[in-house]
Amino acid sequence: MIPVAFDYHRPASVDEAIELLSDDAKLLAGGHSLLPAMKLRLSSPGALIDIGRIAELNYIREDGGTIAIGATTTHQQIASSDLVSANASALAQAASVIGDPQVRNKGTIGGSLAHADPAADYPAAILALGAEIVVRGSDGGRSIPADEFFIDLFLTALAPDEIITEVRVPAADKSAYVKFPHPASRFAVVGCAAASAGGAVKVAFTGVANAAFRDSGVEAALSGGLSEEGIAAAAARAADGQEVLADHFAGEEYRRHLAKVFARKALATIA
Amino acid sequence: MSVAIKVTVNGQTHEHEVEPRQMLVSYLREELGLTGTHVGCDTSNCGACTAIVDGQAVKVCTMLAAQADGAEITTIEGLAANGTLHPLQEAFRETHGLQCGFCTPGMIMAAWQLLERNATPSDAEVRHALEGNFCRCTGYDNIIKAVQHAAESA
Repeated sequence: MIPVAFDYHRPASVDEAIELLSDDAKLLAGGHSLLPAMKLRLSSPGALIDIGRIAELNYIREDGGTIAIGATTTHQQIASSDLVSANASALAQAASVIGDPQVRNKGTIGGSLAHADPAADYPAAILALGAEIVVRGSDGGRSIPADEFFIDLFLTALAPDEIITEVRVPAADKSAYVKFPHPASRFAVVGCAAASAGGAVKVAFTGVANAAFRDSGVEAALSGGLSEEGIAAAAARAADGQEVLADHFAGEEYRRHLAKVFARKALATIA
Repeated sequence: MSVAIKVTVNGQTHEHEVEPRQMLVSYLREELGLTGTHVGCDTSNCGACTAIVDGQAVKVCTMLAAQADGAEITTIEGLAANGTLHPLQEAFRETHGLQCGFCTPGMIMAAWQLLERNATPSDAEVRHALEGNFCRCTGYDNIIKAVQHAAESA
C-alpha cells in the first residue's frame, strides 16, 4: 500500500519544526500510527515533518522529584528505564505492553499521546500519575495537566500549531498498569492504572470510553484505604456513569465487567 | 519531491534519490534487490518485514526510506558471514524452525534482537519477544526451539 504523495521535511530543531507546521502538515516521529493510517489512505497530509532525529527531544531524566521524558523517547526506552520503573512503574509497565518489540523500538510517547487512540496504553498511566504534557507552539510554551489533555476520540487539548516536547511525571509512591489486551492487536480492550502518592490514590482507565479518563467514583470510594474489602467496594463502581465503548469484540456489559476486574487488579498491586 | 538518502546495508553504502512516500521495505527490495525482507500484511502486524536499523529490530513496511537516511541496516542477507550461516539461521535449519519459510527472515531478525538483549531467554521470554511475528503455518513450537538452540550454541 502506498500513501498519497507528500513533501518531507527533517528540521534540526523544535523551533524549525514549529515554523514548518501548517494545517496540511503532520509531525512524524516513530510513525507507527501515522504511516499505517496514510497507507490505508485514512490520512493524507501534504507534508510530513520528521522530528524523529531532534536530539533535544529524546531523554529521560530526573528533575526535582519529577521524571522528565522527551517527546520522542521510545516505548522501549521507557520500558527499560530504571528511573521510570523506580518512580513511575505504571508508565514503564504501560510502555512494556504496547504492541510488540518492533513497535516499541519505533513508537514514541509524544506521538502516542498526540494520537490519543482510545485504546492506547499510556493515557491511563499518564492520568493516574498526574503527569503534565509540555508543549511548544508559535506563541511560546505551556504545560497541560493530563486531566485536561484527553478530550475525545483521537482528540486532545493540543493546538494545531503546537508540538509536544516533554512529559513530566511526578514520582509516585506506588503505581501499576494492568490491561486486558486484544488478542490480535494487543491494544487495550480495558486498561487500568492506579497510583498512590502522599496518601492520595488516583485511578484511570483506557479502552473503556472515547477518551481515557480518571474514575472519580472509584477514587472517592477508596477513602477507606486499600484493604481487600475497600478495594473490592471501590472497584465495583468502576466506569459508573460513564458512556462505555462497545464493538464486535467486547460489548458494553463485558467492558464494564472488565473495568471492575482490572480496577481491582491495579489497586491490589499498589496496596 | 525527492529526498537524497545514504544508507549502509549489510556493510555496503548506497546513495539514492527516493520519493518521500517510498517505504524502506520497498527500497530494500526494489532498489537494492534484497528480497529476503518480505512484505506480508503491509500494516506492521505480521513482522515478515523485520530488519535491523541502527541496532533496533524494525518493521520496515512502516518506516520511510527517507527516515533511514544515515542508518546502518542489516537484513537477512547480511547475517551469514564468509559463507557460514549465522547461528540463528543454522538453528532454524537444524530444528526445523520453518515450514513455508515466508515468516522466517522476520522471525530471525526479531530473534536476533532478543538474543542481543537477553542471551539466555526462557521459553516464555522467547514467545513474548516474537509477539510481533506471525507464522501462518503455525510452526511456533519449532521456532521457539530454534531460538533456544541458537542461544545455547552462541
